[in-house]
Amino acid sequence: MRQVAFAAVLTLLASLRAAMGFEIEDDLRFGPPDATPLEILSTTDFVILEPVITAYLQQNPARSLRYVVASSQEVYRAIAEEHRAFDVVISSAMDLQMKLANDGLATPLPAEALRGLPAWARWRDLLVAVAQEPVVLILGKGALAAQETPPSTRRELLALLRDNADRFEGKIGSYDPAVSGAGYLFAAQDARLSDTFWRLAEVMGRMNARLYCCSSDMIDDLRTGTLLVGYNVLGSYAMAWAKDDFQVIELEDYTLTLLRTALIPKSANEAEGAADFIRFLLSDNGKALIARGAGLPAIEAAAFDRNTHLRPIRLDPGLLAALDRVTRQRFLEEWRAAMVQP
Amino acid sequence: MAVSLRRRLVWQLLALSAILSVALFVAVRIGAERASEVTMDAILGAAAQNMAEELRVSDGGVGIDVPSGTFSMLAAMGEERIFYRVDVGQLTVTGYEDLPLPEKVPTALVPVFYTVPFRDAEVRIAAVARSVRIEKTLRPALVLLGQTREGQRSIAAELANRAALLGMAVFLAAIPISLFVARGLIRPIDSLAEAVERRGPRDLRPVRHPAPTELLPLVTALNRFIGRLRGTLSQTETFIAEAAHHIRTPLAIMRNEAELALRQSESEAARDRLRRLIRGADDAARSAGQLLDHATVLYRAEQADLAKIDLAEMVRAVANRLHAAAEMKDIDLQITVEEPLPAEGDAVLIEAALRNIIDNAIKYSPSDTRVEISAHRIGKNGEILVMDRGRGIGAASPELLKRRFRRGENVADVAGSGLGLTIVAEAAEAMGGHFELFAREGGGTCAKLLLPLS
Amino acid sequence: MRFLLVEDNADLAASVAARLSMDGHAVDQAASLAEAEDCLGAASYDLILLDIMLPDGDGRDFLSRHRAAERETPVIVMTARSAITDRVDALDTGADDYITKPFDFAELEARCRAVLRRRGGAAQTRRSFADLTFDPLAATLVVAGDSRDLRSREVRLLEVFLNAPGRILAKEHLIDRLFSFSEPVSDNAVEVYVARLRKKMTGSRARIETVRGLGYRLTAD
Repeated sequence: MRQVAFAAVLTLLASLRAAMGFEIEDDLRFGPPDATPLEILSTTDFVILEPVITAYLQQNPARSLRYVVASSQEVYRAIAEEHRAFDVVISSAMDLQMKLANDGLATPLPAEALRGLPAWARWRDLLVAVAQEPVVLILGKGALAAQETPPSTRRELLALLRDNADRFEGKIGSYDPAVSGAGYLFAAQDARLSDTFWRLAEVMGRMNARLYCCSSDMIDDLRTGTLLVGYNVLGSYAMAWAKDDFQVIELEDYTLTLLRTALIPKSANEAEGAADFIRFLLSDNGKALIARGAGLPAIEAAAFDRNTHLRPIRLDPGLLAALDRVTRQRFLEEWRAAMVQP
Repeated sequence: MAVSLRRRLVWQLLALSAILSVALFVAVRIGAERASEVTMDAILGAAAQNMAEELRVSDGGVGIDVPSGTFSMLAAMGEERIFYRVDVGQLTVTGYEDLPLPEKVPTALVPVFYTVPFRDAEVRIAAVARSVRIEKTLRPALVLLGQTREGQRSIAAELANRAALLGMAVFLAAIPISLFVARGLIRPIDSLAEAVERRGPRDLRPVRHPAPTELLPLVTALNRFIGRLRGTLSQTETFIAEAAHHIRTPLAIMRNEAELALRQSESEAARDRLRRLIRGADDAARSAGQLLDHATVLYRAEQADLAKIDLAEMVRAVANRLHAAAEMKDIDLQITVEEPLPAEGDAVLIEAALRNIIDNAIKYSPSDTRVEISAHRIGKNGEILVMDRGRGIGAASPELLKRRFRRGENVADVAGSGLGLTIVAEAAEAMGGHFELFAREGGGTCAKLLLPLS
Repeated sequence: MRFLLVEDNADLAASVAARLSMDGHAVDQAASLAEAEDCLGAASYDLILLDIMLPDGDGRDFLSRHRAAERETPVIVMTARSAITDRVDALDTGADDYITKPFDFAELEARCRAVLRRRGGAAQTRRSFADLTFDPLAATLVVAGDSRDLRSREVRLLEVFLNAPGRILAKEHLIDRLFSFSEPVSDNAVEVYVARLRKKMTGSRARIETVRGLGYRLTAD
């Protein structure tokens, strides 16, 4: 009976979800209630963008703004499948954003806003990076013995894990690429950039690594001591916590850099307002405010010149390959094969 | 309204170069688009085949590695959008299910290219066929790889714009070039004209100046015209001579016969009639002579036959010829000539002028007087003065007397046609000189003829 | 004087010949260049009067040949063509003088005299009357060894008297011989010239008498 009831609730939820469409995590509203709001759909928690949004609303007091947070898949679904009338879409899932743009669902951005941006920070005039963040390695307290130095490359990380198998048994965490879009993107990029990735997967599999859906969960477990190592953690989340809880390391063989990108969907009602908002995000002031909110450097070409290990994930249709069903299947099969040791 | 040949030529050359630059623009635009299309098709085809080679069969079925590097590369050329679709049998394995299939099924070796509208864009697609063996049956597989060509088109447009700029430069360069060419083309015409212009007035030989083939019809026509002109002119000259002969000979007979009759006649009344007859004959002869002289002067004035002459020598010669006429009236001719007075002129015209002036002076001078003839240099001109003690020019204005058939009011009793001074004035003018007639101090007339010296 | 008249127009030739004969000259006529050559072969002439246009050739060619053959006989060209060009041509080819038809005989005579004078004269043209010796070419009158120069009209007047000595010559007749027909003549013009001539004849037995009402007459004491 209970089971039946549970099934009924599930069915109800499913049908509700179908009626509501995509699943949202947060829905916030600012500014005068009677004005038509500028609707922003984002994968980013409001806290991170709060400084820049507040500044924007101060600058435009007549403007009201709705900020909806959803997971990257839901954000994609809202636009690609449900054609929701959002005015700005900001997402950290570069591949999905690229697919929206490639499939002709984005409207050109104001040309003057894109002027001066480096080529890696935009794709055509459809997609633009508003923030960059490194994908980092985090080490919890006790991960290193007193005399040990933190690893600076994947090779060193591998050596550290192999040499101290007992210490790290069950205490390594990473994204589950089968579950997390971001995790899959990072893994695919890793596989593309370095052969070490597969050896790392083997080692992690041998040591019964834990797999996570999100960076925040990984950080939580690291802080409680459940984990000692978090591999491929989003820099913005890592930086948000006090540095004394764990060590944040940008590996020097390469450190992937994720771009948070924005676009204006074709289905936007307020394309003008959206363009204005993006113009603000890309202004020097806007970039500085985003950087403050995320605790990360703003979009700037010089960051990559100074830190040659930083690799921005290429913002181009190559990302589409990551979304390919069959390719994904094959990749995950390989990955599983590496993780699960006979 | 005459159209300048040069201007027309320049306009035509400019129009031609304008057409050429437009043609260049169009050709480059089409050519660049086609060339880049061929190149990009080759890359797209290779990428599609590359992708098809990744098709493999695994336990779960058909697998494919969509090569992200290939996508990046394809898209990088002008930031194109990428679409793909992989079908095995009738089933779409992965990619865009709605990507249109080719009309013609491609072979395993040669990709098929086609352009279709897809998702608000024109998409160029390369289709490659393969076959995969699944569970012991061979199934056809189709790999479609498409890209937009917007960047390529903008590159082609930019190339064409550059070509248009080049064409514009060519057009601008064509302006001085066409001027130069026009000048070069016109030059033979100019030199022909110059050659014709340079000829002497009596030079009626056919034009032998070298001319381009295109100008030969003109030269031929010109020569034919010169031939006709030569005929007409020689006819005119012959006519003048013949006319003189045919008038003068009967007049001479008439006059002679009258004079004989006068000598033989005893009747005073008959003699008076004969005198009038002779006077009439003299008048007629003189008029005819002056009319013909006048015609000759007019004809010569049109095309003066310039030669080196000595004015002093001519004055002396003409005065000497008229000596007999003066002697008849016991008139002394006093000749004062400063020699030499070299000039360039038509001897016939100058002689006509001199003879008429001196003849006039003798004619209107009473017997036993003196006619003073002098020639000397004054500045750049030779001045010839003929002064008599005749009846003067009376009340008539000197300018009036120079007009045709106009005679002084005080000379009705002297035979004359009124053309003498006209001949002088016209001859002087034709030679770039000047003729003046004024009353002489102490009675009589002074005729002044100014002719330029060389 | 003996003239050769080369003229193809018979009427004109006849009138010129008659007029010259009237003044006591001998005239042979030739109607073509060929005839002229014949005449020149047969006799010698004091002067040739040459027409330009002849049936068998141009008078100027004859003139050239004449000069080339170094024949001395002076030539006066009679031209009927355009006054201007023919004159130049004729003189260039060696004529001594030219005269344009129609011409005054007085002028022809004057030109003949001038030409002959230039050529050194012919003695046989001198004429005598009483104690007068008259040289029309030199225009001189010798009275008892005393030579006097005559003006042109005086020469002509004297010739008229010498051609008809003793005859009464009417005033009108003298006017015709002295003045051109197109020239105005005053009533006393003849008297003036007769008076001048009488003055030149001073000291001679010959004199010009006035025959009242009839005219003048040359007589000698």
